[in-house]
Order: sequence, then C-alpha cells, then structure tokens
Amino acid sequence: MSTSMKIGYYPGCSAKGSSLDYELSSSEVCRILGIVSSEIDEWNCCGSTPAHAVSTELSAALCTRNLVQATKQGADIVMTPCPSCLSNLRHARERMQNPEFKKRVDELLDEPAPEVLPEATSVMQMIGKLCSAEDIKSHVRQSLAGIRIAPYYGCLMSRPAELMNFGDPENPTLMEELLAACGADSVLDFPLKTECCGASAGIPHRPLTSVNSGRILDVAVKMEADCICVCCPLCQMNLDLRQKQAERQVNAKFGIPVLYYTQLMGLAFGCDPKTLGLNKLIVSADRIVDRIRALNTARKEAQGGNAA
Amino acid sequence: MRIGVFVCHCGSNIAGTVDCKAAAESALSLPDVVYATDLMYSCAEPGQAAIEKAIHDYALTGVVVASCSPRMHEPTFRRTVERAGLNRYMFEMANIREHVSWIGKDKVANTNKACELIAMAVAKLRNDRPLHSQSFDVTKKVLIIGGGIAGIQAALDCADGGIPVILVEREPTIGGKMAKLDKTFPTVDCSACILGPKMVDVAQHPNITLYACSEVEDITGYVGNFDVTIRKKTTYVDWDKCTGCGACTEKCPSKNVPDRFNENVGLTTAINIPFPQAIPKRASINPDYCRKLTTGKCGICAKICPTKAIDYERKDELINVKVGSVIAATGYDLMDWTVYEEYGGGRYPDVITSLQYERLLNASGPTGGHIKRPSDGKEPKRIVFIQCVGSRDKSIGRPLCSGFCCMYTAKQAVLTKDHIPDSQSYVFYMDIRAAGKLYDEFTRRAVEEYGTEYIRGRVSKIYPDGNGQLIVCGSDTLLGQRVEVPCDLVVLAVGINASKGASHLAEKLRISYDQYGFFLEGHPKLRPVETNTAGVFLAGVCQGTKDIPSSVAQGSAAAAKVLSLFARDKLENDPQIAHVNAARCVACGKCIRCCPFGAIREEEFRGQLKAKVIDTVCQGCGLCTATCPQGAIQLSHATDNEILAEVNQLCQF
Repeated sequence: MSTSMKIGYYPGCSAKGSSLDYELSSSEVCRILGIVSSEIDEWNCCGSTPAHAVSTELSAALCTRNLVQATKQGADIVMTPCPSCLSNLRHARERMQNPEFKKRVDELLDEPAPEVLPEATSVMQMIGKLCSAEDIKSHVRQSLAGIRIAPYYGCLMSRPAELMNFGDPENPTLMEELLAACGADSVLDFPLKTECCGASAGIPHRPLTSVNSGRILDVAVKMEADCICVCCPLCQMNLDLRQKQAERQVNAKFGIPVLYYTQLMGLAFGCDPKTLGLNKLIVSADRIVDRIRALNTARKEAQGGNAA
Repeated sequence: MRIGVFVCHCGSNIAGTVDCKAAAESALSLPDVVYATDLMYSCAEPGQAAIEKAIHDYALTGVVVASCSPRMHEPTFRRTVERAGLNRYMFEMANIREHVSWIGKDKVANTNKACELIAMAVAKLRNDRPLHSQSFDVTKKVLIIGGGIAGIQAALDCADGGIPVILVEREPTIGGKMAKLDKTFPTVDCSACILGPKMVDVAQHPNITLYACSEVEDITGYVGNFDVTIRKKTTYVDWDKCTGCGACTEKCPSKNVPDRFNENVGLTTAINIPFPQAIPKRASINPDYCRKLTTGKCGICAKICPTKAIDYERKDELINVKVGSVIAATGYDLMDWTVYEEYGGGRYPDVITSLQYERLLNASGPTGGHIKRPSDGKEPKRIVFIQCVGSRDKSIGRPLCSGFCCMYTAKQAVLTKDHIPDSQSYVFYMDIRAAGKLYDEFTRRAVEEYGTEYIRGRVSKIYPDGNGQLIVCGSDTLLGQRVEVPCDLVVLAVGINASKGASHLAEKLRISYDQYGFFLEGHPKLRPVETNTAGVFLAGVCQGTKDIPSSVAQGSAAAAKVLSLFARDKLENDPQIAHVNAARCVACGKCIRCCPFGAIREEEFRGQLKAKVIDTVCQGCGLCTATCPQGAIQLSHATDNEILAEVNQLCQF
C-alpha cells in the first residue's frame, strides 16, 4: 500500500451530524486498513444544493476555499465520504480551469486561488485504490458470507460519468467488490442501485421522496435482501429515518436495515457495533449483526467438525 | 502549344461571385493561350459544341475548362476534347466553383483567385503529354460475397445474364437476416415464403456455384482479373454425400447447444441443419459442443448416417478461383446493446432484441410461433418495444439512424396483437420514420387498428419489480411527464453495424469503410453501387442501412454494373499510372513495400535489378512516387514537373 500520498479529509456537514455513524465507521475502517488522513482545518460548507442552486460561482468559491485549505496543510488529494460533497468539489475544480469563471470566483475569495487545485475523491474510491482485495481480506474476522445485501449507490456517486469517473454510471460495481473482499457472497444485482432516492425533494415535495425511496425499499424487500448497503448520507436518511413515511406512502411494511458500506466492512473486520455507530440507525441492524455472528459460528463449527 | 481557356458561369453558381468575363480576358495574357472565352453552361450541349468548334477554328492543342470540381465533369470534358480530335489527357480543369464561388462572397478576391487557378491549370497543361490506355482481357465470372437477400438477388440477375457466379456465404445456409424474419412490412407477407423460392433458384441455377460455410481468404489482382482464395471451413460432414435427411440431428446426444440461427433464444444439437428450408440443406457439426470432437467419445451421428457422410477428421479446404468482378453483399450485425446498463446490460432474460422476437413469432422458431417469454415460458400480455437502442444516440457514439426499426417495430406490434388478441403493446419512439411506399399508412394501422400505444420519449430505466414483471420508466415528451409501464416482455430495436469482420474484408478488397464498418460507395448520390476500386461493387446493408426492397434493388443494380462491365471483351486501363525511370532506380525496394496494390515488382533490366510497375494493377495512387528516394518513379499526368509548374505559377510574385 502506497503511503507517500498525503490525504486531506473533508468530512462535510452530514458527517458531524445526521451521518455521524458514517464518519465513525469510515474512520474506523480507514484506521484498520492503514489509510492515514488529516482533517482539513477550518473547513466550510461544500456549497451543495442551497448554494449551487443559487450561484455556481458561490458554490465553487466555497469548494475552492476547502481545496486551498487542504493544499496549505500539504495535502496532495482530498477525500470525502459524501457523494454530494465530492460532486461539488470535483465540479468546482473542473470549472476553475476556465479562466473567465476563475476570475469571477477569485473575486469572492480573500485571495486568488492557485492555478492548480488538488483532486477530490471518495473514501470508497480511496479504499479501492490503495487496498487490494487481498489487503482487505487479511483484516476480515467475521465474513459477510450468507448476508443478502442490496448495494445502493444513489444518483450522485457515478454521475456525471465523465466527471465522477466511477465506472459505468448505470451500473457501478466498486461497492460490490469491497463487500466481496469481506466475504459477501450474496450481494444482489440490485437494479435500482443508481436511482434517485428523492433527497432534493425532501423538503419542497415530501411525497415524491417517499415514492422514490419507497420503490427502492420495495424492490429490495421483494428481492429478499437482508439489508441495503449505502454510501450517501442523504440516501441513508431517506431510506432509514424516513422509512416509515415511505411505508405509509406505498402502503407496505419494510423494516429493512440500511447500513453504510463502511459499517458492513467494520462488522466484517470484527469491530464493536457501537464504534461503528450502529446504534444510530433508526431501523435496528441488530439482526444483521446477530446473523453475521451466527453464520460465522456455524461455519467455524462445521469446519471444526470436518477437521475432527 | 495552342491552348484554349473556357470559363464557365454555371448559371449564377460561379458568375454570381466571380467576374467570368474578366477571368477569361486575363487568361489571354498567359503563355501559349491563343483563345479564351466565358460560357453560360460549358457542360451543356451548346457549351461542349462551343469548345469543339474552338478547337477546330483555332487549331487548339490543349484545353482548360474553369468550372466545377473535376470529380463532377472531368470525364465529360475529356470526351469533348477527344471528339474534337485531341488526346483526352491534353485537358485540365480549374475548380472555380467548389474552391472559389461557393466559399467566398468577395467578387474581386474571388475573381483574382479564379485567375490564379486558371493560370496554374495552364501551366500544368503546358507540361502535359498525350497518354494512351492499354487493353487487357476480362475473366467473365463474378464473385459475390454474402448470401443474404442482396447477394441472392445479385447472383440470380448475373446468372440469368449468362455470367458464371461464385457465391460465398459464411454461414451454413444462405438467406441471411431475411431468413430469420417472420413477416415483412408493410404487406405482412411471410418472409420465408417470398425468400424461399429465390434460395431454391440459387441452388438450382446452372450458372451459380455456392460455397456455404466459406469465407474469402485473400484477393489479389485487378478489375477483370481477380485471383480469389476461398476458405471452405470444415463442417465435419461430406456435403457431397449428405442428403439433409436429418437423422443425425435427431440422435445427437449433445442437445444444449446455443442455436445461432434462432439468435440463441433456443437450443439445438451439436450436429444440425439451421432450419427446414436451409440452402444447402446439409448438416454441419459445431465443434465446440460435439462430444466426439471434444471428448473423443460418441460418434453416434457417424453410425446413424445412411450415406456415411460424417468425417471427424475433415479439414478446411482452400479453393482458388479467377473472377473479373466482385460484389460485396455482407449485410449487417446488431450492435452490442449490453452497453445499455440502464436496460439491464443483458442480465434480464425478458429483455430481448427484435431479431430474437422475430424467432419467437416464427412458426419454425424455437417456440413454434407461440410467443413465450424466455424467463418462464409464460405468454406475455403487456409488451414494451423500445426503438433507437443504439441508434441516434451520441452518448454512446452512435449518431446514425438504423433506418428500418420504426417499420419492423410497427410490424411486430401488429403481429403481437394477431398472436395474442388480449395483449397490449407500447412503443417508445423518438420520431416515426416511415418514408417508404405504403410505410406511413402501415404505422398508422398499428396505432389505429391494432391499438398500439405509441409513447414519444426515451426509456431511462428497466428494472424487475420482484414480482416477475419488468417496470419500464421513461418520459412522455408530448405530455411532458414521467411514465412507468409495467410489462411482461421488453423488445429492443437494436441498432446495426456492418457485419462482423466487414473491415477485414474491406482491406482485402482494398475498398474504404466508415467507423461502423459500412463500405464506402464511389459517390453518395451518383455512384451508390460502385466503390473506388474498379470492378468491386456493393449491394445491400454492407453499404449502409436499408430495408429489404432497397437491398433487392441494389442487388439488381450491382448485377447490372457487372453485366455492363462484362459486355466488353477487353478492358482499358487508366494510363494515369506510375512509371519507373530505370536509369535513376537503385532497386532499394521501398516502392514495392509501400504499394497497397502489389503493383510493383523487381525485374532484371540490362543485368541489374530494377523496379517495374505492372500497368494493369497500378491504381495511380502515387504512394510510390512520394516514397522513392531517387525520384525515379513518376506518376503520369501528375509528374513532379507538372506539379512544380503549377506551384511556380502560383509563387512567382
């Protein structure tokens, strides 16, 4: 694993609030895998929806400041768990290459931005880049084998394709690869993995969010998934916190746990569920935890039996 | 030398932005120019007559016409000067239309440029020499590559015209894509019923030799004299003995073989005959699945065969033939639609191609003509057709329209209603392109009489809902709203590419092809059947998307071209070819290696090796002249001296 690269960590607002468990679990997984990063000093909002809906320049200025802060502390690359933050950081870096645009943004900043800004990547891509399947496998204590997982990326992680560089925009597979390295052998071919959860309509038009999230939950349940695996704080909130709303909207009962991929990886690495923030989930993931334990114990006994 | 210059108005095409009279007057000051005038339409009969008259009246020995592109009318004016007694190569053209009047509006600048182009043409003409063609014999036999409907039509027309035909087909049977279709639009007549008799005619025609399961390995030579090597791929069955009785196919124990003829929607046996009307109706073994060939244990077909035709040791054969002309009719293949991950990328069994659906509709198909969906064999009640999958989609680099999908989709919707009266079909479309005879009327029938619901918009997603249905999400751009259609089966109208391997064949034939593998015609409007290689003609979809009537028309057109070529006993070569100046040649061999036509060989000349151009093979491309380090090879009618005279004329200020 290469460690020459200095990584600046950009948590984004969710990580400190609604998706505290995402930050807990991803920092735990990174720690175990030996991925060292330092949080960007005095980072600010990424300029997501409220800002970029009003002004592209304002959004870019906010992002640029974060990237400049990272440069100041010597980061070669910026890493963030949140797809929405990632999208904005990448868009800003791309747009700042246009001199006319940069001029307008520089006016909003204390001092003009440097010509070259560091690249941004997701925690997931960073793990995929730095750790081989073998590396990950070497840390697995409790295999995820036997757990039926519906991988769900949300709409942002892979789009727009030419900017996000995340494999096929309609069928990304990195999450599946990481889960497979953790022993997961029942990851579903989830057809709605890149469909919109309705997050941006969450406040202006709540029923739409419930319809969109309801469809995703419905198909996952019909495919007999044990849990949904996500990588976006907003998706997680819509599928988990608002699961009851979705149930009322589509008139069904789901009760399906929605975990971050880092929480599932952490469970595979044998971490204490509490350090992974599993207690923060609305739909309890206890039965997933129990099932992983039970399946692993059963496998061990079977192996032991065979050996004897 | 006595040169006449004729400046054409081309109506207002040139005269609108070029002072033709002034250009003609300025030409009079050029050396050797004894006569110059402007003409309204120099290509029209009075224009040509005026040129001929001037040649006689002023005893001209060379002519310059300043008009359109030589691609347009050079042959016309060459004939004009020839009629007046000049050598046809004592003529030059200055292109003052495409290169001047059509691209600039400044009349003064345009006139100035026209004068310069005329001066260059005069300078070249002063260096031109009369050239003479040589004649050579023609082998009156034609090779037709591809036995689809276009190739079949071309073969029958040539054969009826008395020309021996070699028909080469890659698959074990002729018939091509048309043989797989159930019905044809807009008449909904049975495809096999109208194609079958033509296939039988091919088999029975005394002038046609059919090589199925064969491919063209190599082609050398030139118009009138091509040497062709055909690889007859082994079928492990002696087709001279095989009677097509089918006993072997009944007893073959390897029964889980993907059926290529049925577009892999059904299974067949390792030894099989593609379909009941196959021509030739002969069995062939798929070596990937044959137990005898893979494990060495079986041999049942050899035991059962009443004529002892099975031979597991049989090898490929190479056959050499000499022909005078070639028709390429290699057709098409579907593009790889699995790039559409939003449609499941090929992972959902009930999302199929329209060609697969044809096989489900067809009485000789894997379901006996009953529509059953692949996943569970259930009869679908709600069917969604999606058009333009891989057509008109820049996002995957395919801006082309595949041409016939609108029509066959309407046909399939009609047939679906006939097969399953209580079914409902939906068609997602971008535009309905139904420009042929009776075509629009047909698509209207699909809507009005058969109740097909047409939804104008693209599909963004197909997903299984977990209850055995597929949900098709899209937009209805006429209503401006999202639509979701639950259905049992999705049929994709998949865009087409040129047939697999078409580009390799093009290179063997030395013809051009585009990025989708379609062969390039000589001129998109005026030479749609010819290629830029003399003696090689095109028929059917290999040249570009077309439906059956157009393919048949082009097959007949290609045959007509062959028949007119073979109407002469001798052909004349183009004298604008390379010549070696033996005194300067150092026999380095660079020209031999760079010649794409194999037209140069080494020959002993007064005890020394020298390069020698074979007149009839050289196509006059000029690669060798640019490559020769000694300047020993010169291209007649484009010699260094002729080109430099033009450059000097332009750069004399």
